[in-house]
Amino acid sequence: MSTVFLALQTNEETRPIIEAILQDNPSAVVDEQPAMVKINADGRLVVRRQTIEDITGRDYDLQELQVNMITMSGNLDQTDDEITLFWKA
Amino acid sequence: MDMTVAKKKLGLKERYAVMTRGLDWTPSYQKMEDIYPYITYEGIKIHDWDKWEDPFRLTMDAYWKYQAEKERKLYSVLDAFTQNNGHLNVTDARYLNTVKLFLSGISPLEYVAHRGFAHAGRQFPGPGPRVACLMQSLDEIRHAQTQVHAVSNYNKYYNGMHDFHHAHDRVWFLSVPKSFFDDAITAGPFEFMVSIGFSFEYVLTNLLFVPFVSGAAYNGDMAAMTFGFSAQSDEARHMTLGLEVIKFILEQDPDNVPIVQRWIDKWTWRGYRVLTLVAMMMDYMLPKRTMSWKESWEIYFEENGGALFKDLARYGIKMPQCAEQIALEKDHLSHQAWSTFYNYAAAANFHTWMPDEDEMAWLSAKYPNSFDKLYRPRYEFWREQAAKGNRFYNKTLPMLCQTCQIPMIFTEPGDPTKICYREVDYKGDKYHFCSDHCKAIFEHEPEKYVQAWMPVHQIYQGNCFPEGTDPTVEGFDPLAAVLKYYHLEHGRDNLDFDVSEDKKNFAEWRGQATKNI
Ligand SMILES: [Fe+2]
Ligand SMILES: [Fe+2]
Repeated sequence: MSTVFLALQTNEETRPIIEAILQDNPSAVVDEQPAMVKINADGRLVVRRQTIEDITGRDYDLQELQVNMITMSGNLDQTDDEITLFWKA
Repeated sequence: MDMTVAKKKLGLKERYAVMTRGLDWTPSYQKMEDIYPYITYEGIKIHDWDKWEDPFRLTMDAYWKYQAEKERKLYSVLDAFTQNNGHLNVTDARYLNTVKLFLSGISPLEYVAHRGFAHAGRQFPGPGPRVACLMQSLDEIRHAQTQVHAVSNYNKYYNGMHDFHHAHDRVWFLSVPKSFFDDAITAGPFEFMVSIGFSFEYVLTNLLFVPFVSGAAYNGDMAAMTFGFSAQSDEARHMTLGLEVIKFILEQDPDNVPIVQRWIDKWTWRGYRVLTLVAMMMDYMLPKRTMSWKESWEIYFEENGGALFKDLARYGIKMPQCAEQIALEKDHLSHQAWSTFYNYAAAANFHTWMPDEDEMAWLSAKYPNSFDKLYRPRYEFWREQAAKGNRFYNKTLPMLCQTCQIPMIFTEPGDPTKICYREVDYKGDKYHFCSDHCKAIFEHEPEKYVQAWMPVHQIYQGNCFPEGTDPTVEGFDPLAAVLKYYHLEHGRDNLDFDVSEDKKNFAEWRGQATKNI
């Protein structure tokens, strides 16, 4: 399966999000670059609202991620509960 | 007494439906084809516009909220940067030439992208793509403005940036990015979406912004890093739009597939040629390197683009053929480009230089198949000549490719010792090309490309001198007249970095900032 990735700015807001992604995606690998964190995963990567809320202890709207996203690859689908990146082939 | 039960907030999907489809209507007293006149002539067939959906499901109200937050963040960093003399924190003054290249080459394209998406959005009869185009159009004007604001802090201290927009419309090499975008916005709305939305944003943007922004971060440029990240946060949405548009068009009708494939082939090559400037920036202009052009091509195009085209194969879309030639060029592209800019340093709005010993060693390590054999000897010769007081400035204008407008500097695929020339006779005139791909693009639409404003032809025709110039007077210096037309000052904005005011001033100011004098 091809790699999907999501790159986020390195800052306090993204720290718990990265933690949540690593919890929810066993194949996720973090690649730290200057001022930027790139998370690679095998074929599919999920960002789950509930996991982020559990870590931070506050309500989280996944659309807040718009502010800290840098780039990504893969097809995307977003609902109130999850953002999913995936390849079909 | 009855209690009023608070109505449950709409979910993301329903909110998106209400704020896009719910805002559209069917015209009753005007014909659809009169309202949307450009939607059929490209041959693309759309049967159901509602099938188009933004996977982020972003609506205008949420858009304003998050964009405002991005702006607040950005401008507080820019204030801190200025208050702290941030310009003295960059690695060394050579880095500033990256900023000059970006401001005059790329920022004006952001503005054209703003116009392009406004135009395309207006032409689409579907509310989904229309809303997404509106957002991207607003993003792009924000990018143009924030870049100008961020770089204006550098313009107070360093040369070559004072009239970037005037330069963009005139300076010879800036016609490369300019004509690329002009080509896109003069195409139909569907081709525009494939060219910029898909090929540029999805396939190539990582090669432009990620190296530029992480280059800024590596080189202590907080201003460029911050506007870069701020722009890039919109980019994820643009990429998604680009990919959705392609999938949408391909799913609507099988007749669309060959048309889209031709556009992908054309625009991947056109975009790649523009990235020549980025390749040389990465390998030569960043004092502290992030990764080589070749490495970034391998990660972001070969690996990531490979995954993309594998995914699109289910529609019958193939990896563009030009990828084969690009793979052959990756050991050579940045070196051939930098050599050219070194040659023409008298006619550009930024400085060039020869790499030092450490940098030569880095280049040898990153390009083991090509650097020591082909490019190092050339550089050593130029360096020797410069040491003897013969710094080489080429004053003969080069032949340009009619399609990409880059000088004919590229070598034959597979033979890096031989310059690649192609030509076509069309209606009694001869046209020149840098490659089979640029030639094929011309041959498909000759009536478009014969109109190209070719900087070298224009100079030779006498159209690039200030008004009232008499080129027949004795001792006429054409280069001096062209620089005046560009609004560039000879000896200040151009020539080698070693003799530049930027170098001298930066050293002096940094000295003042670290010593008690
Ligand atoms: Fe942009
Ligand atoms: Fe070309």
